[in-house]
Amino acid sequence: MSPGIHRAGNALVLVAGLLAAWQALFWQVGANALAPPLETVRFAAELIASPAFRPHAGETALAFAIALFFAVSLGFLIGFTLGASRFAAEVGEPILVGLYSIPKLTLYPIVLLAFGIGLPAKIAFGTMHGIVPIALFTMGAIRNLNPVYLKTARVQRMSRVQAARRVLLPAALPEIFTGVRIGFSLTLIGTLLGEMFAAQRGLGYLLMTAIGVHNIRMIMALTLILVCVAVTVSAVLLAIDRRLHARA
Amino acid sequence: MTPRAVRLALVIGAVLLLEALSRLGAIDRFAMLPPSEIVWHLGRILLSAQYWPAIAKTLGNVASACAAAVVAGVVLGALIHRWRGLRETLDPLFAAYYAIPVYAFYPLFIVVFGLGDLPQVLIGFMLGLVAVIVNTLNGLDRVPRVLTKTARIHRLNALSAAIRISLPCAAPYIFTGIKLAVAYSFIGVIGAELIMARTGLGYEIGYAYNNFDNTVMYPLIVLVLAIAASVNAVFHRWEKKMLARRRA
Repeated sequence: MSPGIHRAGNALVLVAGLLAAWQALFWQVGANALAPPLETVRFAAELIASPAFRPHAGETALAFAIALFFAVSLGFLIGFTLGASRFAAEVGEPILVGLYSIPKLTLYPIVLLAFGIGLPAKIAFGTMHGIVPIALFTMGAIRNLNPVYLKTARVQRMSRVQAARRVLLPAALPEIFTGVRIGFSLTLIGTLLGEMFAAQRGLGYLLMTAIGVHNIRMIMALTLILVCVAVTVSAVLLAIDRRLHARA
Repeated sequence: MTPRAVRLALVIGAVLLLEALSRLGAIDRFAMLPPSEIVWHLGRILLSAQYWPAIAKTLGNVASACAAAVVAGVVLGALIHRWRGLRETLDPLFAAYYAIPVYAFYPLFIVVFGLGDLPQVLIGFMLGLVAVIVNTLNGLDRVPRVLTKTARIHRLNALSAAIRISLPCAAPYIFTGIKLAVAYSFIGVIGAELIMARTGLGYEIGYAYNNFDNTVMYPLIVLVLAIAASVNAVFHRWEKKMLARRRA
């Protein structure tokens, strides 16, 4: 069996297992707390088809795309700068790790006061969550490069820009991509959290409203949609990640 | 200068800059208090005993969530490591797990368990669990074959081989998982308190924010960040000591 088919089979088993667990849990806790799988899927399909849903999804997608752009570009820049110098890396790494571990959710009032309610606050929130892992992985990738590569670049008399583009980047790419993959998840969750607390549009806002009025069907359908999108994109990124690492 | 001194200078410089900007009026007092005033108010709050129950409750819940996530994560990690098929099935779930908005399950937990501490602990536990499992698996993958063979020669059963050999050998990786679990427990518990709770630091921060009470909101945010950062620093030092002993 090829690894691709094998993996697809595993995914199928996992999905079937989760659906069975969901249905069993529903029988256990009742309709007051949970909607059953089939009904949720039906409601999610209706939700996606309804015209009221589209602007919210579009708003979330836009905020997420911009946040991801900032997280990747700034994270890469920070990581590359710190990784290029041993001293800078030693100064910066504990700060980055510290920033990674603080509960950024508590900062939402500050973000709100700085950006106001709306798109910029969500973008800032998403970027905040995604930027640190990307910076950390980029820094690690640059620092752990095989020194032979750099020496080779010097022997070939490459300029600094050439060496960075032709040698450093391709060699560090797999690790950097892993950072981007993790940053992707965190930026998504950050954007959604930003919408839950600091927005009047978007999927996170819909979710928060549904939580507020205890609309179980809506909560479950939104969660299902978000999980499906997140899992699909993660799977694609993971496949690319594996391929990059296998090539290296 | 050592990296440590530079780092300290950077942090102090940033705080002084904030202080200067807010004293000069570049940052509105309505948006943020000068750091010196935040510290003063924090002292006042800690002395007044008004917020002690909230602080104790949040820290207690964070500790329970973290402890449960670590214990369950290591046990589950060790079990999953033994079953290759199970692991291959669960791998895609682990890869996509942190893109799932766990908070969406919070209302479900409230319906099932009531508005006590348990739903918040559960959210923190769910966030931390997978980080511990993934890092435990990662560490167990790197146990040298020689050690597993030694265990077999000494006829250790699976349990004592795990307790005496493979888990201690994987300890540095498990430690990374524990550090992440600490951070995630803080994020989960405080985030849940922000969404819906009757007491706790997250609740108090949200309450102060809604009342534009910066003299309470900022000190409490700083308190959360300071506690999370110090716990993290303690673990970081402990980890370094452990790694140093291992290398010796």
